[in-house]
Amino acid sequence: MADRKQGCVAAAAGPLAPSDAREVTAPATMQEVPRMLAKVGREAPDFEAIAFMPATGDFGPVRLSDHRGKWITLCFYPGDFTFV
Amino acid sequence: MQELGVVVLAVSTDSRFTHKIWQEQELSKMVDGGVPFPMLSDAGGRIGAVYGVYDEAAGVDIRGRFLIDPDFVIRAMEVLTPEVGRNPAELVRQVKAYQHVVRTGEVTPSGWNPGDTTLTPGPELVGKVWTKWKP
Repeated sequence: MADRKQGCVAAAAGPLAPSDAREVTAPATMQEVPRMLAKVGREAPDFEAIAFMPATGDFGPVRLSDHRGKWITLCFYPGDFTFV
Repeated sequence: MQELGVVVLAVSTDSRFTHKIWQEQELSKMVDGGVPFPMLSDAGGRIGAVYGVYDEAAGVDIRGRFLIDPDFVIRAMEVLTPEVGRNPAELVRQVKAYQHVVRTGEVTPSGWNPGDTTLTPGPELVGKVWTKWKP
């Protein structure tokens, strides 16, 4: 039996609200509309995601703020096994 | 990027399993040893949505690159539709320029590369940039 943490479908934490943010009480329909928060000159929106780590060959969670204090390049791309 | 002390994180909507196989089957044949950086799974696109790069119709994160400084402030971003790839040389140039700016307080004119003239903003420079720098 595989480790629970290594299940087939694992929900990542996704975007993380600042710790001092109050709980959102907006209706569900409003919560589903994503707000673009990332802007130059502003703090980067924090998040946690499950990752493949080539250095170890293992899977694990990565939190953006774990790298606070260093320069970070965050690269989004459309998909594995695509062409460009 | 490693030489410049920059942490690289790659993100797509693929699962971590797909990332692993892509690394093993294809990337490792393009790049010696494969890519060294973590490959994050943004299944559902919630992270991409917050960064303004999630294409809801296609269900993928389009090509977006964000440079974040040690104070966790986004310094630069570039977003492209999928057909055109990035130019890593421009990212390297921007990293060097921002690191110089943070280290010295100087600013870097258009097209700046290490060793080129920098400027120090101040009242005495107003209207006299031409004496220091020409395109």
